[in-house]
Amino acid sequence: MAKKESTLKSMTLVLFLITAISAAALAGVYMLTKEPIQASKDNKLKETVNVVVPGADNAEIETKIIPAIDGTGDLSFYFVKKDGKTIGTAVQTFSNNGFGGTILIMVGFDENGNIIDSDVVEHHETPGLGNKSAKSVSNWNEQFKGKNPQNDNFKVNKDGGEIDAITAATISSRAYIDAIKRASDTFKNYQNSLVNNNEIKEEQNNE
Amino acid sequence: MQYILIIIAAIFVNNIVLTQFLGICPFLGVSNKVKTSMGMGAAVVFVMVLSTTVTWLIYTYILAKFNIEFMQTVTYILVIAGLVQMIELILKKISPSLYQALGVFLPLITTNCTILGVALLVIQKNYNLITSVLFAIGMSVGFTLALVILAGIREHIDKLSIPKGMKGIPIVLIIAGILAMAFMGFSGMIK
Amino acid sequence: MNNWQNFTKGILKENPILVLVLGTCPTLATTSSAINGMSMGLATMFVLVLSNIAISLVAKIIPDKVRIPCYIVVIAAFVTIVDLLMQAYVPAIYATLGIFIPLIVVNCILLGRAESFASKNGALASAIDGLGMGVGYTLALTVLGAIREILGSLSVFGWKFAQGDGILLFVLAPGAFFGLAFLIALVKKINK
Repeated sequence: MAKKESTLKSMTLVLFLITAISAAALAGVYMLTKEPIQASKDNKLKETVNVVVPGADNAEIETKIIPAIDGTGDLSFYFVKKDGKTIGTAVQTFSNNGFGGTILIMVGFDENGNIIDSDVVEHHETPGLGNKSAKSVSNWNEQFKGKNPQNDNFKVNKDGGEIDAITAATISSRAYIDAIKRASDTFKNYQNSLVNNNEIKEEQNNE
Repeated sequence: MQYILIIIAAIFVNNIVLTQFLGICPFLGVSNKVKTSMGMGAAVVFVMVLSTTVTWLIYTYILAKFNIEFMQTVTYILVIAGLVQMIELILKKISPSLYQALGVFLPLITTNCTILGVALLVIQKNYNLITSVLFAIGMSVGFTLALVILAGIREHIDKLSIPKGMKGIPIVLIIAGILAMAFMGFSGMIK
Repeated sequence: MNNWQNFTKGILKENPILVLVLGTCPTLATTSSAINGMSMGLATMFVLVLSNIAISLVAKIIPDKVRIPCYIVVIAAFVTIVDLLMQAYVPAIYATLGIFIPLIVVNCILLGRAESFASKNGALASAIDGLGMGVGYTLALTVLGAIREILGSLSVFGWKFAQGDGILLFVLAPGAFFGLAFLIALVKKINK
């Protein structure tokens, strides 16, 4: 088969044309899929939040990014509101101490800072061991329900606490607790700052 | 300290070949001799650090700015291909000896998925420029390490009698599997 | 070579993974279960068929010296399309395959077929070649995924047939290498 001659002009022209056509096609597909992608992301978020704050799937969710209190990164706060009342706060938190690196965890708190429920969002823990921290694998994380991470005994039993670590996966269990503790501390600090703000406002009103 | 940890984690704990499965083709293809594998490794370190820096800048200051992130894959692969060509030309001009050492490996690198993979990973992980560059250094050194270890073992394997069906690629994969088991020992090391 | 031979050669005789040993990265990384392996195979097949057709159509007008960059751009465009579609309609699978979808671009199978087949043959033959190679690739990924899933988590396509954990090593990185090694040795024996 005769190959087309390669002159500088023809080379640039063809390469440019092909890139331009590809870019146009991509822009078209991007426009078409933009909404479904956003919708599926929203859905996914609602589903995850709903696991830790039941009832979130038909409630309003207000999102706020708040830096973790120990300065290690940003946490996403999802305030779940029904009829103007906050029924729970879901926090996406993380720990860098997992066996396979960073673990992302979603945890829901009621207004007193007690855990409603929690689950793993993303992890790289060992299958059959550390991955038991996920609800889809085992019911290990059920024991966190109703506990307050601000209590002193919110540690694995090996460290003198009341949480049963996953057998042979103490590092993963500690990381899970570390992530929840980070969320809880930041949540408490955030609540306090709200109360302080309100007090200041009230004082100003009284004057 | 934090930066040293990033590099060590990238070399050992998340070794790009043995735990992330990137760059298997050159890992199997250019691991006959320790010497050639060193050359390939050096070329990868060189190209990966450069291309990660360039693609990071392009993503942050062009793609993200104009909201055309969907062009990421197309842009990256063109940039990497162009960069490799440029490096080849420049090396030929300014350092013929280095070109002699790395030259043969450069064209192979465009389709080495570690380069594109790391460029995409640093964006996915939201790294800043310094962390990205360190990550690229760690990843490429990890690649070289795995490659050289495998080549070292393969040089000795030739002298052994291996079951017929296992000759060639299968035995190399088995060795790689054992190496991967060894590297699993590193996970959980960084806390 | 007729169309049927074009199609079947990719499945066993010239199977891209098991005989030609191309595209090993996604093979090892995404086969921790049969479903994952199959999804990756199908995504690759989709890109392979489309890029083969597109390249066979434009091959004649592409100057020889820039053909590789042109092929890469065409492939990258189709990969991005698959990437966007998967994000929109099968987000769960997209999440597990992750970075390996954009990395289809550097899968040697695609550029290999473009260079050695699509650029020299018509659109129909190229489509059939892509389909055959794609089916062979998907089959190999699915089989490897199934083997690792059966041994590692005692289940097939997500259906658990026995209690317990299985040999965890097979779900982890080393199992991928071992599984592929034995599969290649087996196909070598069959092809002889």
